[in-house]
Formats: sequence, C-alpha cells, structure tokens
Amino acid sequence: MSSNKKYWKSVEELNKNSSIVEALKQNEFVEEIPTDEFLGNKDTLGDSSTTRRDFLKYVGFSTAAATLAACEGPVIKSIPYVIQPEEIIPGVANYYATTIADGYDFASVLVKTREGRPIKIQRNTLATANGGANARVNASVLGLYDSLRVQNPRKEGAVVSWDELDADVIQKLNGLKDSGKDVVLLTQTFASPSTSRLISEFKARFGNVRHVVYDAISESTALDAYQAKYGERALGNYDFSKAETIVSIGADFLGDWQGGGFDSGYSKSRVPQQGKMSRHIQFESNMSLTGANADKRVPLTSSEQKIALAKLYSYVVGGSVSGSLPEGVEETVKKAAAQLKKSGSAGVVVTGINDVNAQTVALEINDYLNSNVLDKETPIKSRQGSDKEVMTLVADMKAGKVGAIIMSGVNPLYTLPNASDFYEGLKNTELSVAFSLKEDETSSETQYIAAAPHYLESWGDAEIKKGHYSLVQPTIRPLFNTRQFQEALLKWTGNDMSYHDYIKDTWGTSILNGSSFNQALHDGIFIGTIGTEIEVKAPTLDEKKVENMWTGDAAKALVASTKTSALELTLYTKIGMGDGQQANNPWLQEFPDPITRTSWDNYLTVSKFDADALNLVNKHVSNGALNGSYANVTVNGTTLKVPVIIQPGQAKGSVGLSLGYGRTAAGIKDEMKTGVNAYKFYQNFSNIQEVTVELAPGEHEFACVQLQNTMAGRDDIIKETTLKIFNSEDSEHWNKVPEVSYDHNEISVREKNADIWLAFDTTIGHHFNLSIDLNACTGCGACVIACHAENNVPVVGKNEVRKFRDMHWLRIDRYYSSNDTFKQEQEDLENLGAFEPYSKVEIQSYENPEVAFQPVMCQHCEHAPCETVCPVGAPVHGKQGQSQMIYNRCVGTRYCANNCPYKVRRFNWFLYSENDEFDYHMNDDLGRMVLNPDVVVRSRGVMEKCSMCIQMTQKTILDAKRDGREIKDGEFQTACSEACHNGAMVFGDVNDKTAEIVKRVQDDRMYHLLESVGTKPNVMYQVKVKNTTES
Amino acid sequence: MSSHYEAPIREPLIIGEKSYHDISVDVGAPVLGKANKAWWIVFSIALVAFLWGLGCIIYTISTGIGVWGLNKTIEWAWDITNFVWWVGIGHAGTLISAVLLLFRQKWRMAVNRSAEAMTIFAVIQAGLFPIIHMGRPWLAYWVLPIPNQFGSLWVNFNSPLLWDVFAISTYLSVSLVFWWTGLLPDFAMIRDRSVKPFQKKIYTLLSFGWSGRAKDWQRFEEVSLVLAGLATPLVLSVHTIVSFDFATSVVPGWHSTIFPPYFVAGAIFSGFAMVQTLLIVMRKVSNLEDYITVLHIEYMNKVIILTGGIVSIAYITEYFIGWYSGSSYENYTYLSYGAATGPYWWSFWALITCNFIVPMSLWVKRLRRNIMWTFFVALVINIGMWFERFNIIVVDLSKGRAPSGWAMFQPTFVDIGIFIGTIGFFFVLFLLYARTFPVIAQAEVKTILKSSGQKYKRLRESGMSLTGTAVDERTSGKYVSDTDANQTKNNK
Repeated sequence: MSSNKKYWKSVEELNKNSSIVEALKQNEFVEEIPTDEFLGNKDTLGDSSTTRRDFLKYVGFSTAAATLAACEGPVIKSIPYVIQPEEIIPGVANYYATTIADGYDFASVLVKTREGRPIKIQRNTLATANGGANARVNASVLGLYDSLRVQNPRKEGAVVSWDELDADVIQKLNGLKDSGKDVVLLTQTFASPSTSRLISEFKARFGNVRHVVYDAISESTALDAYQAKYGERALGNYDFSKAETIVSIGADFLGDWQGGGFDSGYSKSRVPQQGKMSRHIQFESNMSLTGANADKRVPLTSSEQKIALAKLYSYVVGGSVSGSLPEGVEETVKKAAAQLKKSGSAGVVVTGINDVNAQTVALEINDYLNSNVLDKETPIKSRQGSDKEVMTLVADMKAGKVGAIIMSGVNPLYTLPNASDFYEGLKNTELSVAFSLKEDETSSETQYIAAAPHYLESWGDAEIKKGHYSLVQPTIRPLFNTRQFQEALLKWTGNDMSYHDYIKDTWGTSILNGSSFNQALHDGIFIGTIGTEIEVKAPTLDEKKVENMWTGDAAKALVASTKTSALELTLYTKIGMGDGQQANNPWLQEFPDPITRTSWDNYLTVSKFDADALNLVNKHVSNGALNGSYANVTVNGTTLKVPVIIQPGQAKGSVGLSLGYGRTAAGIKDEMKTGVNAYKFYQNFSNIQEVTVELAPGEHEFACVQLQNTMAGRDDIIKETTLKIFNSEDSEHWNKVPEVSYDHNEISVREKNADIWLAFDTTIGHHFNLSIDLNACTGCGACVIACHAENNVPVVGKNEVRKFRDMHWLRIDRYYSSNDTFKQEQEDLENLGAFEPYSKVEIQSYENPEVAFQPVMCQHCEHAPCETVCPVGAPVHGKQGQSQMIYNRCVGTRYCANNCPYKVRRFNWFLYSENDEFDYHMNDDLGRMVLNPDVVVRSRGVMEKCSMCIQMTQKTILDAKRDGREIKDGEFQTACSEACHNGAMVFGDVNDKTAEIVKRVQDDRMYHLLESVGTKPNVMYQVKVKNTTES
Repeated sequence: MSSHYEAPIREPLIIGEKSYHDISVDVGAPVLGKANKAWWIVFSIALVAFLWGLGCIIYTISTGIGVWGLNKTIEWAWDITNFVWWVGIGHAGTLISAVLLLFRQKWRMAVNRSAEAMTIFAVIQAGLFPIIHMGRPWLAYWVLPIPNQFGSLWVNFNSPLLWDVFAISTYLSVSLVFWWTGLLPDFAMIRDRSVKPFQKKIYTLLSFGWSGRAKDWQRFEEVSLVLAGLATPLVLSVHTIVSFDFATSVVPGWHSTIFPPYFVAGAIFSGFAMVQTLLIVMRKVSNLEDYITVLHIEYMNKVIILTGGIVSIAYITEYFIGWYSGSSYENYTYLSYGAATGPYWWSFWALITCNFIVPMSLWVKRLRRNIMWTFFVALVINIGMWFERFNIIVVDLSKGRAPSGWAMFQPTFVDIGIFIGTIGFFFVLFLLYARTFPVIAQAEVKTILKSSGQKYKRLRESGMSLTGTAVDERTSGKYVSDTDANQTKNNK
C-alpha cells in the first residue's frame, strides 16, 4: 500500500509554531556552539598542558587506531553500468520465454535472468504442449556455464576462425557435388518448422544431401505404428487427465516414454474428486517411476508383457491368442480388460514394448475403446528418427558412399551400439563436422568441431505437438565464439539472413497467420490452426468397419514374435539423466534416482530371486553405505562389467540397466564419468535384449541418499488409504489425528491444551503454508533440481553422498512396504512376537512391494525443535510461518540437526565453493555465474536448510507494496511449488481466505508429518489414496 | 592395666608405622627427587599421543568437520561421546573432596588430591570437545553472553548447550579453587623442604605465603568447608545439565526424564573407576601403598557398586518403559530390543557387559579387595561408560523418527586421533602433576595418623621399652625399660 507518510524526527515538529523547528531547518544546531569560549582565550589555552604520560597515551592510541584503520577488508570489485542496458535493473530479475528442444527434452520454459545472466529455468505456465519442465530441463541452465564447453571452432583440434571453417566446408561441399557421394546431415529431432525449411533449402542448394534424423533413444516402432494407423509420422498424444482406467504394459509414461511429459495430466486424474479417481494398472519388468505410482503393479518380463498385451487385446476386442502367463496374471489381465471396457472412452492402454505390433495393438485397443485420452488431433512431433535410415547410413558410410557428414545435436559414437562401424565410416568421409557444445565422443573424432551455442544463447522454433508452436530466443549474448547449426546452414547456402530473421520469415509466412510475432516471442508459444493443412486419415468411428479394423493380426503377430529367454535385459532411461547428453551436469549426477535413491551411477537392477541364483549380493558396510557385486553382463557378444542393485519388484527373469551413463569424452569432467555405457547393448534400437549375467569379482561402492527402505511399520509418515475407505468412512478412520493424554483424557494433538508452548499469533500479516498432495506427486524430482538452482545448494560429489552427506534441501523419500502393502506392514509390527526381530518390518518385500514417494523439506514447525536448542539462537522463528536459519550466526554445533525429527538440516562439512576438492560448478568463475544472487553461498561449518524460499515471498510482498495492491493467490511461490507441474505442491498465504492453500488446510486428507511430536509444521501432506477397486 | 577396649572394626587408613616426618618425606619424594626411566617412557608416549591429537585437531579446524565420520543423520558421535565421558570422569574428584568432606569420611584424605587433579584434567579434556566440534570454532565466544555490537544478538538461554557452558565453566573454576586451597599447606611443605633456589621460589609463589599459623589453619578449615558446600551441588548439577542436552530434545531415546539422576550416578560410577585406574598404578609407582591401602580401594569399590547399581536399574527402566510405551519410535532406542539385535548389537552388549555384568563381581568381598581384579573392573567400567555415551548418541541418532534418514556411523582416523590425543593430554597433565604436586594431601593425612596409640601398642606388644618416647611413667611405668636401641630403630 503506497502512502504519503510524513516522517518526523521529534515531537517538537508536531508543534507548528515551534521556533526550534524553524531554527533547525536553517542550522545544524539550535544554538551556536560556543567554540570561542574555549578556544578564543589564547592565554588559558597556553596554560593547559599535556603530561608526558598523556602524550604517550595519545600517540599510542593514534598509532593503534591508524594501524587498525589501515587494515583492509577483502575488496570485491563491482563495476557499475556506464550505460545501463534497457530493461536491466540491477537486483531485479527479467524473465524470457523460450523453449528447450535438445532432441530429447522438449518443453516451453521461462528463463529467469539476473543482470543479464540466465540463472534458473522455470516452466512456462502458458505452455500447452506436453512436457512440463522436468528435472533435466530445470538443470539445463547449468550446461550454459559448463567450463568444458568448446569455446571456438576447431579443425583437427586446433582453433580456427569461422571464416576458415566456412571456406573449407563450402569448398568441400562444392567438390562433392558431382562425386556421387552423399552429403549427410545427421541431426537430432528438431521438430522445428524453420529448420525443416532451411534443410530443404540446403538440399536444393547442394543436391546430393540426405537428412537423417537420429534419436538416441529410439521411438521408431511407435512412430511406425502410429504412421501406419493414422498416416502421420508422430507419436500419440495422451491426456491422462481424462482417463478413468489406465493400463500400461511396460510404458514408463511418467518417465521418458515416447517423449515424456504425460505426468501432469496423469496427476490430475489421480486426485480423488467427487469420490472418483483413475485406476492405474501397470505391467512391467523394471520398477519404474510409473509402476511405483500404479494402483496395481504386476512384475512381468518383457516377453510375458507381449503375451499380456495380446491377451488384453483379446479380452477387450475379442479373438483369442495363445501363450501363457504366470499364475494370477491372466486373471489380472482379464480384470484390467473388464475395467477398460467399463470405462469405455475413458480407458486407455499404453505400451513401452519396442515392437511395431505391440504399439499397433495398443493403438487398436484405444481405437476400439474410442479412447478420448488419445488426442489424435495433436500428435507429438518431438521424435522423428528412423532406425532404418540410421542403419542404412552407417552401412553407407562404411561402404564409403558418404562424402560429408554434418552432425548436430547427436553423439553417435557414444549412443550407437555399433559405434565402431560408425567410427570406420566417419574416417571414410572427406568432410566431417560436428556442431557440439563440447568435445564429446563424436566431435572429438570429427575433422571440425563447430562450437555450438547453448539453447539459452540461440534462436529457434519448435512444434512440439502439432499446431502448438514455440520459440527459442537467446537469453544472454553468446559466451563464446559459437555459432548454431542453422546459422551455419544459412551461411553455407549463401543466405545472408540471420536465423532470427529467417524464423520470423518462416513464421510470418506459414504459422502466425497474421498474429504478432513479438507476442508469440513474449509468450514463448503460439497455437496455430490445427488440422487445416494436414488431413486426418483416421476414419471416425461410425465409418469404421468393425470386423475389418480389429483383425487381431497385430496381436497374433506379437505373440508369434515372442521368444522366451532365461534372462531379459530391459534398457531404460532415468528421469535424472535421460539419454546422457547432460552427463557433465553435476546437479543431475547428484540427483538421486527416485526409485533406487542412488546417485552418480547406473547399475544392473536384478530381482532378489535371480540375484540369489547368481550369487549377486548387496550389503551395507560399517558406515551404512551400500556395496554391490559386479556382474559381467553379456548381450550378443558384448560384455560389460556392471555393478548390481537388487531391486524390489523387479520381475523374475528380467534385469534392467539405464542408458545415459558411462561417458568417456574429454568434454566430461572425470568426476562425471560415472557408470557404464549401456548403449552398447542397445542393439537394433531395441530396449529389450537377451542377456547373460554372471558374477564378476570386486565390489562396487554406491552413493545412496536413503539407506532404509521401509517405514518400519510407522504410521504417521506416509498415510495411505484406499478409495473405497476414503469414500465410505469418516476421515478419523483413515486419517486419524494423533492423540496425547491431557488430564487423563486423550485429546487431539491439534487441540490447544495439547500444547505446552505459547503459540505465535499467526493471524496477522502473511502466514505461509505448503501443501503436498501425495496423490498428485509422482516423485519426478523437478522440485529437487529447482530447489538446487534457486538456493545455490552445493554439489558434494559421489564420495560425500556415499558418506550420507548430500546437501539437498528437498528430498523425495521413497518407501517400499515390507509386506505386500503398507497397511500389512503396520499390522505386522502390531502383531510382532515378543522376541521376533524387527527385520520383519525393516526389510522391504522383494517380490512386489508397494511404493510411495514423499517430498520432504524443512517442515517449518511452529514449535521447531531446532530453534530451542541452538546456543547462539541461529534458527529463529519467522513472523510468516518460516523457521528461519541465520547462517551468519551459526557456529555449527549441529544440535539443531540432531533434534530435527524430519532430518532436513544439512551441514556444510567442508567448503563446497571455490575448493578444488569439490571441482563442480561452484569451483570456477563460469560455473558460479549460475548462482542466485538473492541467496548467499554458505561457508563451511554452517548449517543450512530450506528457507521456504523467503527471497521469493519477500520479493512478492515488496512488489505488491510498491504497486500498492493486494497480493493475488498464486503469486506466492517457492521454487519447488513453482516447478511442480503436477499440481502436487501448493504454496500460499493461509491468511488469504480465498487462497487455494486454505482449501488444502481444511481438506480431510490433510495431515502433518510426524504430527505426534507436536511440532505443528507449516508444511502439510494430503493422504495418499489408492484406487484398489477391481471390477 | 592389661588392656583397654579397642574397636576392632576399623582398619587403619595409614599403615607402615608412619611418623609425621615420614609422611612429609614420602609425599615430597616425587617432587624433590628425580624422575625415573619409567616416568619418562610413559610421559613420552603420552606426549606423542597428545601431539598426534593436536595435529588431528588442527587438521579438523583447518579443513572442516567433514574429516570426521559424521553424516546428515548422525551429527554428533565421538566428539560428544568423549565430551560426556570426560565430564563424567571429572565427577569423582569433587565428590570425594567435597561430599565426603561434609560427611567426614576420613579415608578421602589419601585420594582426594589425585582425584581432584584427575577431575580438573578430565574437565579440561571435556571442555575441548564442545569447542572443536563446532563448525566454526573461531566463533566459539558467541556462546558467551558478551555484550556485542552485532545488533540485538544474544545467546539463547533456552539451549541446554548454553547451560553446559555455564555448568562446565563453573565446575572447572570451583574445582580448581577448591583444589588449590587444599594444596596450600602442602605446597608450603614442599617449599620448606626444597633446597634448590628456583624450586623454592616457585613453591613460595604457589603456596601463597602460607605460614602455618593457627589463623592460617582456621581460615583453611573454614574455606574448605565453604567450598565443599559450594561444590557439592555442582557434583549433581553438572551432569544433570549435561544430561539435559539429551533429555530436553525430541530424539527418541534422548527424551527421557530419568536422565539427570541416571547421568549423575553414571558419572560418579565412571569417575571412581578412573580414580581406581590411576591410583592403583600411582600407589605402586610412587610408593604410596601405605597411604592408599586396600581399604581405600575397597571403599571406592563400594561406591562403584552403589552407583553401578543405580545405573543398572536405570538401564532396566529405560528398556522396560520403552517397550511398555508401545510407541514404534521407541523400538530402536539405545536400550531396546531393536538396538540389541540391530546393527549396533555389539556396542549394546559391550555396554551391558561392561557396566552391568562385570561390576557385579564387586559384590564379592574377596574380589573387591583384590587389587588386580579391581584394576581390571575399573578399566572395563571406563570402557563401558564410553560405550554408554556412544550408544546414547550414535545408536539413538542412527534410527530416528524418519526412517529415510536412518544411517550408520564409522569413525575416521581423525575421530580416533582426537580421542587418543585427549587421553594423551590427560596423562601428560597427570604425569606432570605427579612430579610437581604433592599427590597426597599430607597436611590432612597427618591429622589421621595414629601416631601415639598405635606406636605404643606395638612397642608394648613386642615387649620393648617405652623409655624416651615421652610416656608418662606414672601411667605406663612398667613398660618403660632401658633398652633404648630398639626404640630408636622404631622411631626412625
């Protein structure tokens, strides 16, 4: 609220006729200082004397004072703008909408820049295309400040100028024109209208140009199936928010399945509303993020999944298929089919089986159900690669048919299973250029490394899903002497236009349809008219001839193609690493896998059953850290030595291994060269491989952030109930508030009398609460990285994580049940015999445990145990609901962390910035540019923890105050709530009665973590409801 | 006058037919004489250990607490274990000198000096840990309520760690004053006996001008009594407050109302065990067997039985109440079934064996009068009490309320180095003390020397003459004979 307050210095001022006030306006003092009186009389002045002792005192004091004054504090130079750039106000962030389209992650994002430096990626709330900003997208800003980036174009390792490179390339390309050899552009999927246009112009200019699109993680089979069915090379766009029944067979659709980004829709359908929520049945071999969230999860090997899918088809559509499934699974498939049929168009089937038939079967079932979850109007364009073309290319290169290869956004020497063939082929070319951010496995073998800019320094556009366009704009002037691929193509085709103008031109002619380019650039996105240019080939339902449409051919072919093997390997990608192009990103390396809670590694996930048979072991050493056996894993003659993790819920007869690790290139820091390269097993671009595994000597040291996997039968950590109970019973039956004894009566801990402390008055001003809906949270971890970026959380490295010293302010706990469900685990503890060991509830069930995720950060207790115990009062209670931590005051006794029931306090064991022992981004000037200037970098010996992003809430308050307006609900955000695209985290001011958070506080599902302790947290959770109703 | 009634119960506290002069000589000998080889060897070992520990401390302070084995769950381990252990050890001295003074237990006189020295040296070791365990020890002065210009910053009087600061510093200063007061007449004795001018000068300074006048003695007695009165509550308060570090927290296993009395008992238990350990060696090395007798050892063993019994009952109570609460958070406290069968089973059973089972043997009179056995039991108790604190801190923290944070602790060489360093420092101080201080409160001991009756009895019984021993011939006429040679021999 702005006001014209008049400030006064003394009461006297209020008296209008005061002469003193008048006098003070003119003079510094009311009366004249009588200097003459004591200095004027020269005679007396001469009489005053200074004794020798006094003189020495004066000299001593002056010398000491002068010496002390001469001591200088460290000088930190800050240079003011001579001419202040437009729009940049020091201390105020600017936001730019842009798009990440690195070939693996496609998302519209908002980039926060401070003083011209991009420091944080946020999701663009205007975005309509799938793909919120996941953990990798959030982390991608750090790639901009990677100290190992290629800073100049290079020829055979030596720095050259762009002119030289241009001249060489154009000369070579012209020379190849009539040689009969191809010029190949091997690129990532750009999904970019302008790039497509540009490449066709390039083709026209040089004639013999072939453009091969290569996705490191292939979705070729799904693209083929979709193309065959709907006539368009694209991927199905599923809006799970419309789903009632979701059956997934091997599809990790909360992960990176078919381009990913389906989780926000999924979360919407998972929150019980009016007594309804979706039911999710998952058949899978590895324990995936998706399986962990399912209502029912059936561990099944990949070949069995094929049969299950075919059977599902037969139960839903009709017909019969052969093949047998393990006991009980057949029944589950039947029930799933029944449920799908019941849901009708609100049912959906998805599959991750890398097989055209399987993908077709899934599409056919959805078609039969007339599923409205699959949006046929706007298929996804973010994968366009073709396995066949890549294979042909490698063969052609080897045969010497390729004269020049220009690569952008790909790293085939790392990602190809037959990298050696590609290497041979590469040596056969006359010209090889790689546009690359860094010296990776491929670019270090090419003749030219064309130093490419980071996407935050580039122009571009993308059509992530059909008709939904987005723009890429630079958020900083290129840091190095780089040039993007498209800019180079323009140059080489002789076009003088800049790529920016070129995009503008493309958009102006074919996309915008008269709308403003600047508006599109401002929004970052533009929704074009859909369906005008592309005809939808799929017939509408009434036109379909039922008997012809669903012949079941694909299902039969699927079963026929099934071959069983003793052990099947399922390759997968981790939400934290994806295809591995960001392997040099310490945030992502340190990001613990949501399922295994292991960082800095990939590993073979093995079922307990198989591990026992193969003598593979996991064990905890004396400091609690996890060690695992090594296994020699052989696929088709290729053997790798891989560490083993025994994964609860892994299907018997299957093993899993994640792609994206095992980088070896010079552009990767030694610390980040973690894990093994599973792409060597990615033969024929199939994620399912026949494999042999045997014990290898040695023990691998894992770095896990969680060592205890169950809740040991405790009931106020993650509360869970079923939809049936949730709908039919009062909340006290499924969300009981803990009680304490007061005057020999049991009273709820929320009652006033349960409190021995005086409560703070929380009704004045703002009072912040954070709610986390365990139903909507999928455990994706975007919040973890967002918190990392916002709060300058240090990276500590594998050894320190192994010592259980990770610094994450926000962690996502993952619990397995020790019995089939958490409820049974609690009953087990209840009924435990007198001398029965607790291991019964301590050790997770290996068969098929229930899984639950719980994001935990500082709970900001009203009665915080940390605040009372600090001898110097460094943790203090804020007026707005925060439990604050004053780093400057902390002397590091760590008592607060011991007394914290939630274990959310993190201690700076070492100096993590500017320390060569921790050679991550905070150790070099470039990397430190990512630091948020609003948050201090903590020194060693200091405790730190979640601040509820007080710098963000204060900013909101100050902005509103300056503008003289009320703060709207939704303006208050924390980094994590802002990053949560699933709507699980809601942050707000509970004193604003209209706020969403107030509804959450009053919700029946609301509970506090470890409420029985009486800490009265300002963070709350919503009870997890599982839809276990089978029909 | 064949015999008067003699009480047969009390054994003499000083044996070996000492005269006042003998006591002066015996007590002054280690100070005025030269150190033997054994002393130098032990001192060298202790010094090396101390320097090693000092190196580890410097390494910690210059690099960060990360060089210890701590983690995000177990943020205290050996540091606070050692702190509590040393503070506990520092409890016997004041108990012996103050509480036993008020209870007029004369046997304390032979052991109180060394017990108090041990107290002070142990408290010095203890005091190190709260400072070096800080992440930023150079700011340790922030825990003192010093008016400052940092704004409205003040210490947090809610924090038990702050109470520790006051409790420990008060205890150290009162113990030091009490100790020094008792030392004055003894320093004066050394001053009077020393012949080297420098030594004489030093002891003159240390004895604060003690003249031995009646007024000196009167004041001495009064001050001793007043200080004893002041120190007695401290015996109870210090470990009570140390126990508050745990008892006022919300950590399962720490949050326990019986901690204050149980900690005090445990402290006295461990303190006496340490006194036994030191004095059994010292009485041998410094030829003090006549002053620190088996009787003294037995008395101390009785205190150990008592306090050990209290501790054992506390263990049982803790175990029972944890189980009886039915709370799943109590399943893994340091005295629980979960701890006994969990990954720290070995330290659980080490605690039970060392503090519960082995000290039970002292109920047997023969064993508690057996010096070697006592020494062994004392060592075992020292180890057991260390494990008690280790269990309270590490085992309780390792399995807290949030299972996702459950962890284990493994010490690094720095953890071990600092602990060994404090043991080294302790022995450096104690060995220096043994060579420079009157290790027995000779002035007090002289008050309980049965110099007349005992001697006469012996002379009488051996049938020798009492001539020249200042006996009154009117009462003991018939024992006065003229064989004076024997008498002089006895009187040496």
